[in-house]
Amino acid sequence: MKVFAVRGKFENKFGESIMSDKPEYFIDENGLRLDGRRTDEIRPMTMEMGVLSRADGSCYLEWGNNKVIAAVYGPRELHPRRLQRPSEVLVRYRYNMAAFSVEDRIRPGPSRRSTEISKVSGEAFEPVVMTQYYPGAVIDVFAEVLQADAGTRTAAINAATLALADAGIPMKGLVAACAVGKVDGQLVLDLNKPEDNYGDADLPVAMTQDGEITLLQMDGNLTHEEFIKAMEMVKKGCDQIFELQRKTLISRFGSEDDVEALEGSIETEPEEEEAEELSEEEVPSEKEDVSDTGDNAEDVDDSGEKFKEDVADFDEQRESGSDEEDKTSDEDVKDEEDEASDEDVKGEEDEQ
Amino acid sequence: MDHNIVIPGQMLSEDVKSAGHGTYVKNDKVYSLYYGVANLKDRTYVVPFSGKYIPSRKDYLIGVVIQLTSSNWIFDIRSPYDGLLHVSEYPKRVESSGMKRIMDIGDCAILRIKDVSKSMRTDVSMRERGLRPLKDGRLIEILPTKVPRVIGHNGSMVSMLKKESNCDMFVGQNGRIWIQGKDHEMDRLTEAIDMIEREAHTSGLTEKVQQFMNNDPVVEDDIVSGSDESVDQGSDASSEDNDDTIPEETCRKIDALLDDAEDA
Repeated sequence: MKVFAVRGKFENKFGESIMSDKPEYFIDENGLRLDGRRTDEIRPMTMEMGVLSRADGSCYLEWGNNKVIAAVYGPRELHPRRLQRPSEVLVRYRYNMAAFSVEDRIRPGPSRRSTEISKVSGEAFEPVVMTQYYPGAVIDVFAEVLQADAGTRTAAINAATLALADAGIPMKGLVAACAVGKVDGQLVLDLNKPEDNYGDADLPVAMTQDGEITLLQMDGNLTHEEFIKAMEMVKKGCDQIFELQRKTLISRFGSEDDVEALEGSIETEPEEEEAEELSEEEVPSEKEDVSDTGDNAEDVDDSGEKFKEDVADFDEQRESGSDEEDKTSDEDVKDEEDEASDEDVKGEEDEQ
Repeated sequence: MDHNIVIPGQMLSEDVKSAGHGTYVKNDKVYSLYYGVANLKDRTYVVPFSGKYIPSRKDYLIGVVIQLTSSNWIFDIRSPYDGLLHVSEYPKRVESSGMKRIMDIGDCAILRIKDVSKSMRTDVSMRERGLRPLKDGRLIEILPTKVPRVIGHNGSMVSMLKKESNCDMFVGQNGRIWIQGKDHEMDRLTEAIDMIEREAHTSGLTEKVQQFMNNDPVVEDDIVSGSDESVDQGSDASSEDNDDTIPEETCRKIDALLDDAEDA
């Protein structure tokens, strides 16, 4: 059999790996990574909105080799009633990987990993969604990973943001997510699979347009200086993603020029008995809304502050070297394998 | 440019006093809450592209009965919250046993919202002229956010549509539209409403729709809608049948199923 060495990776003529996947090096002498990116570059991203006709909002996103579809339903009635929150809407986020999304089949259904990601990703939207608009209702966000290639939780958050916007959910801004990590002792933006699997650190971050951090996890080790530099890099990455999201949203309805606001929603006088009254009477309620939103702006600001504090706490924790407990393992594949094997073992035990 | 497509979190204006619906104020600046179209003329407000209907007081809407209790009809109003119609809000005195005869599960009615509580309990009323159960005609559903466009300035679009199509028409704020007329006229009107929904974000829509209603009928009736019409008539006829004959039996079955589900 003829053996090729491609960037330190041994493959047979079918491109299948016949030795360990671990590359000899991640960054070559030109400062380029395995997939030819520079260290501060994100993978190419494409997004399409409104791909599911039955969902209230949806988005399909490709980011490198990641393929994610997000669907939003609601606000809708929440059952069982005991989950209802009397003064705000509940945002339920479900992250799931398709069984075929990685080479080894993932056991379908919720796992430890997907439950955790669902929780933290849902919380990433808390500061932006105007929850007080729909008391007692629920907004369901489903993020399905169809193909995984490291960084699926960040890809899912990026898709979910657009799906929420598509569903007409009131939000104070968009959320973008991007990971940063360390390979060969260097910080790199938006890890790909080998970097994620064999790198020294992985730090997925989600943030609002104001730079408020809404999700922060870490796997591996970074020094304090590296962490600060990493946060700067990830901010730049997220800014690029915001720009892509903005372009996707704006270009969906053609150019900005042939747009006109919906007529008649305001300033109508009764002339026809039924219809006009309706629109006229919208006006007072809108005034109420104004004052509402003003107050709310402050409320959410506070929560933003809280997140900043959280980050600060996290920072301190890192410095004192107690970061081991924070090893929320982020390596998509490693984890699934672990998970799958764990469950397999359990299953066998049960049978016995 | 007074009208722009905006995204959530986009800065719209620095004039805090102008902030209207679909915006929020932060650090003395006005930002958009929605993905939609912003009006930046004297008042700043954003009309979202999509979204669910949220009940607000005095709105007119079309509801579908989903449940009967001893003293309430419960309506689906295409919103996260149900509409409750107490028997006392029906114009005539109704005994508990007679509620089913007036409106049964699946029946539609034009309603007006009497009150919306803080927890979004929505009470509706029929004690007003023009509010009635709907027995025939067709029901069209559009996005609630496009309703102002179907109504138009001072109802210009609605009155034009009524005139051009010879159909009777009622537009509920919750995005349900009831139309009644001859079958081919209703087909035509349905197409026009589809067109409005599709092109709601463009300008000069009333003229476009008027042109559509005026020009095409002769051509399209002959060539295109020949087959369409027969299909539509079929479905329409069957839906009308549903209203008259099937309900009682079906509803009893559904009731039984619901009871079972509740017991389980």
